[in-house]
Parts: sequence; C-alpha cells; structure tokens
Amino acid sequence: MDEEREKLPQHTPEEVDASRRQFLRNLGVTAAMASLLSSGAILEERRAKRAQAETLQTPPSGATELRGTVAVTLQVNGREHTLQLEPRVTLLDALRDHLGLTGTKRVCDRGSCGACTVLLDGKPVYSCSVLAVDAQGKKIETVESLAQGEQLHPVQQAFVEHDALMCGFCTPGFIMSLKALLDKTPQPTAQQVKEACAGNICRCGTYNRIFEAALAAVQSMSRGG
Amino acid sequence: MKAFAYHQPRTVADAVRLLSQRGTMAIAGGQDILGAMKDGLFEPEHLVNLKSLPGLGDIKETSTGLQIGALVTLSDIAEHPVIRRDYTALAEAAEAVATLQIRNVGTIGGNLCQRPRCWYFRDPHVHCLKKGGDQCYAVRGDNRYHAIISPGPCYIVHPSDCAPALIALGAKVTIAGAKGTRTVALKHFFQMPDKNLKGENVLQPGEVVTQITVPKPKAGTRSTYLKVREKDSFDWALVSAAVVLQMQGEICRAATVVLGGVAPVPYDSASAAKMLVGKPVTVQTATAAGKAAVEQATPLEHNAYKVPLAAAVVKRAVLAAARGVRE
Repeated sequence: MDEEREKLPQHTPEEVDASRRQFLRNLGVTAAMASLLSSGAILEERRAKRAQAETLQTPPSGATELRGTVAVTLQVNGREHTLQLEPRVTLLDALRDHLGLTGTKRVCDRGSCGACTVLLDGKPVYSCSVLAVDAQGKKIETVESLAQGEQLHPVQQAFVEHDALMCGFCTPGFIMSLKALLDKTPQPTAQQVKEACAGNICRCGTYNRIFEAALAAVQSMSRGG
Repeated sequence: MKAFAYHQPRTVADAVRLLSQRGTMAIAGGQDILGAMKDGLFEPEHLVNLKSLPGLGDIKETSTGLQIGALVTLSDIAEHPVIRRDYTALAEAAEAVATLQIRNVGTIGGNLCQRPRCWYFRDPHVHCLKKGGDQCYAVRGDNRYHAIISPGPCYIVHPSDCAPALIALGAKVTIAGAKGTRTVALKHFFQMPDKNLKGENVLQPGEVVTQITVPKPKAGTRSTYLKVREKDSFDWALVSAAVVLQMQGEICRAATVVLGGVAPVPYDSASAAKMLVGKPVTVQTATAAGKAAVEQATPLEHNAYKVPLAAAVVKRAVLAAARGVRE
C-alpha cells in the first residue's frame, strides 16, 4: 500500500495549477460545443446571417461598414494582437475568450459591478461595455500586466498583506481602479480612494480592508517600494 | 447580443443618411445601448458609430459661452476647470453620473439621449405603453421610482443628470438632420409623454445631437447640482435639483430651479424660482421654493416619499448655491 502511494506521480504546485486550468479550459470547450448544438444557438446564428444579408439601400460613400467577422488589432499589455471578431464582441470577451486573459472577470456584463475593469489609455473603463473594435488604437492594460515575474505591483502586494479579499472575484477590478488612481494621483486622500472604488462592488463586503490596502500601497509606493 | 453591421461614417451627413433608414440605431459611448442590446430590448441590424465623426469631441470657450461637442465624455466635463468654476452645476451633474468607468466612456450627447430606466420599459418581456403596448404597468404596479409629476399616460422619470443642470444654465442643442441643422433650447428638446409617448425628445428618425451650447453666466451667477440616491456610491437620482442663482449683493436677481427624478422630462419649476427672485436667499425663501417646486405633484401609490424629498432637495440646493456666492 505504502509502496503504491510512493509510486504515484509527484506534481509541483505549478503543475497542479496548470492542469487544473487546462481541465477548466477543456470544460469550457465542452460547454461551448454543447451550447452550439442547442437549437437556440443555431436559430440565433441563422438570424444573425439573415440580418447580415440585408444591406442598407443607400450606403453612403464615405462610411466604412464592418459586418461578419473582421480583423481587430488590440494593443494589450504592450503587445499587439490581431483577432478575427464580430463587431458585437465586447473588449471583455475578446480578452477572456480570444486572448486567454482571464484575470479580467465577467460578472454582471452590464456595466454595474466593476469586475471587468481594465485601463484604456490609462483610464478605468468597464470592458464589458466597450466593443473590442472600438478599443483599437488604444493602450489596453489588464491585471496580468501588473506583476513583474514574482514581483507583485504595490497595490497587489498590499491586498495580500492586508487580506483585502474574501472570494477574490472582484479583486482584479478593484486593483485596476486603484492602479489608475495611483498613476494619476500618487498621494490620494481616503475620500479619493473611496471615490476611485465607487464603480466596483465587493459582494463579500471587504471594503474596509480594500481601503486600508490602498492607503498602505500609497505608503509603500512613496517609499519607493 | 444579436449580430449587427457596424457603420463608421466620417461625416455628419453620412451618419444622418444611414440613420434615416429602418433598422438602424446610433451608438456613441454605448454605456446605455450596449446593455439594452444585450438584454434584447433593442435589436438593431445596423449600428451607426458616431464616435467615428471628427470634430465633436472638444469643449470650446467662446466670448459668448461654451460649445461642447456631443462626443465629449462626462469625465472631461466634470474635470474641466472653466466648467467647474463658472458652470458649476454642470460639472457637479457630470460628476454625479454613474461611475468613473462609465463617465470615462459615456458622452454628453448620450447622457441627454439615454432611454428611461423604468423597469417595465427595460424588461424585454413587458410590452408597455411606451413600446406600443396597451398599458403603463407603473400605474398599478411597483412605481416607487416613477414620476410624481406627469400628464400621463406614461410615468417614467428622465434619467439624465446633466439635462437639469444644462436647462438651468440656459443651454441649447444643435441637431443635425436630413434637412440640415436646427437649434433647440434644451428645455424644449424634452417632451412629456402626452406629446411623445414612444420617445422622450424632439429627435426625428435620422436626427442626431451634435453640439451643446451654454451661454456665459452673468456676473454674480452661482450654481449647484444636488442629487439624492438610494445607493450613494452610484445610482440614478431619486430626486435631484439644479439651481442657478444670479445674485446682486444679498438679493437674488434671477433664479432657475430644474428637478430631476420627478417627471418624464427635467422639470423646470418657474414657481420655485419665483419664490427666490427679488429677495435675499434665506432658509425661509429656500423652504418656500422647495414647497413651490412640488405644488403640482400627484404621487402614485409607492412614491409619495418623493414629494417631501424633492422639497428638501430644492431647499438644500438653493442654500448651497447661495453659499457659493458669499464664499
């Protein structure tokens, strides 16, 4: 018995984490296949094709028209990516489903919760409420850009040290809102920290620790940390 | 969200030509329409991107006031130093809209043209009067957020924060259409449901708002926008008030009081203003203005709380605007 246990393959934590992610990804693919096969999805595809078949009667000469799948070039975390997307794809779905950047979370998908917050030319926006085609030509920053190898961004480090999360699902959105604040206002007041987070919701209610962490990040950044 | 063809016009004339055709809708910042499209409330086959139009994204100061392009973001208005100083009610209103993430993308044109938040209107499964159905479900339903002043038959409240401030400051909108451009006082841009049930304003199919013009306030003018929300971090107004006072010493020479959250249009209360003109601004005159603002109110079953709330918001806004004068 003991011998058998010893023979079991040993995995490093990184390997376990990687295979867990792969498992979840495969699950996602299976779920996507299932939904494609469902009649609702087929009907929707048909309706979409019919809609695209109907052209406007007098298209103006100077206007460009994007229909079907178009090439969309996004500058994400300093790298340029060209994707084939329909105009209806949001920046959030482009990041998560097409670039594999799943740090940006999809929660309400209606511009109400802040979990999908990314920076567009340095300003926080809800990526669920911006079309990917409209984000072209802008500098897009997601939570994945913050850590430099093992070195966390001071806001991330402060969240760890101050235990500023419970379930953690809202955390990337809060981190990006606070990163935008500190880039613009390196010495914010407690009130400015609260205002910067007003567009992010934490259903676990960890607000006090989030505010503490933000102010601690201010301290550590002013020390050059 | 249903698939759509995405049009990128380069001129206002092209945008107007596109929008004059069936099945088209306009998008600017998209902070209202994208959510409505995801919900299936709107299913345009063609979406016309107004952001591709050049020259509508600037704030210009002229000798007679401000020219604000329809594509200027709410953040840019809230942070503009001249607007903060001389058109304070507008800066405060823009800052009170939604969240920073929405203000960074949402435009002033979109803020004025956004659709109402009435939960019956927003529910794609409810075919209410405004959507061509046979009844307004707010009349006998849950109407806690609905109008306390409306001629009927629909009881939405207009959701814009900037509109009451801009009306109080005497703004006009420039509208481009197939027959050229026209200019309308913002006060007359919005329409009550007995005049226009399906829309909230005078825009005809194909027409777009391209610019907002705000006259330079006269000497001694101070203004403020006060908004009361159920959720203070971000929400639509339960009640709001924009107050513009032109003071000469202690005496109020001219006043405008425009309320949000109480009627299907931003509600310009001449009777509230009348209580202030020719008198010093005191707690008594401010209280009288608040009472006058709600004298026409006929609340529904669940929104009578808005009557004393609106009176209090007007009173507080008048006093806050007057304090601005003395500082």
